[in-house]
Amino acid sequence: MTRRMKRRYLFLHVVGDQSISEGALMDTLWKAIFQLFGEYGASQARLTLIEYNSQERWAIVRCLNEALQMVRASITSITKINDKPAAIHVSRVSGTLKGLRRKAQVQD
Amino acid sequence: MRKFADLHLCPPINDLERVKEIVGKSFGLGYSLVGIPLSTGIADKAIHQLQVICHNAKMDLVKRIDLTPRTPHDLLRDLRRFRRRFEVISVLCASKAVARQAAKDRRVDILSFSATNLRRRFFDHAEAELASNALSCLEIDMAPLLTLTGFPRAHLISRLRQEVAIAKKFNVPVILSSGATDEYLLRNPHDYAALAILFNFTLPRSLRALSEDPLAVVERNRGKLSPDYLAPGLRIVKRGGQSE
Repeated sequence: MTRRMKRRYLFLHVVGDQSISEGALMDTLWKAIFQLFGEYGASQARLTLIEYNSQERWAIVRCLNEALQMVRASITSITKINDKPAAIHVSRVSGTLKGLRRKAQVQD
Repeated sequence: MRKFADLHLCPPINDLERVKEIVGKSFGLGYSLVGIPLSTGIADKAIHQLQVICHNAKMDLVKRIDLTPRTPHDLLRDLRRFRRRFEVISVLCASKAVARQAAKDRRVDILSFSATNLRRRFFDHAEAELASNALSCLEIDMAPLLTLTGFPRAHLISRLRQEVAIAKKFNVPVILSSGATDEYLLRNPHDYAALAILFNFTLPRSLRALSEDPLAVVERNRGKLSPDYLAPGLRIVKRGGQSE
């Protein structure tokens, strides 16, 4: 019997002057994980973008609970998006999407 | 609720608007106390302006000075001059002699080392033993971990891992500070705690290094600088009225 893998949902705030596309955001997240933890680390993260609001500059991503600190460290290490200064802050973490939306006060 | 402190926030203190922005951002990220390194010749008026900015942002300002002495003699001279004026004294150890002198002097609160030149990181067993006896802390700035990439970052992380293990062995408190010069290098305390797993910090230890340990240094020094302080463990609790 396989064990169900617990997931964590992260609410991210993107800070930067330029407009950032969904693709650029995910590229930056993956690149940061590769840089810090390599291909092996990236394979453990199972990072998925759930939602991105480019106007309000927030995103919700999902990862495995076991890789939470690794993903969070990688996100913290981001200082540039598209070669321009930027930062991504992890504002909230929750075990359910519903809980995260409630904590972050995001409307469906 | 846990209080977080960032003892090494480095905004350009000549530009008060930028200071206001960065301190406000820091508060927004969850810090309630910031240490801003001041220059040795700073006027009291400038310190007052910074205190007003921090007060308006609901932050507690810690007056900190970063000493960069070239010789142990310079360090002793600087300590005599500045100890009573600043709440936290940090020494950037540029040589082994300075590092040893700083570690054994009880007037030094924080030992810091170059993040880019790893040959100038002198935090070894002997240094840790001296620091442990003198109640000094080791400070790790997180900004270089964000700005460096590739081999320099890998070498720095490796070195920090060694230093953290040595500090743990000798019970030397480690303080995690941002070292941020702009808002793009600022992160919230839990993000820094996650980044600290790179050098084998556990999550509870990281959070302690961002809250209890720096707050203990500030509290101890504020106690010592208070007019009621007499000696270690001895302070005036009540003053009597004038007797005829």
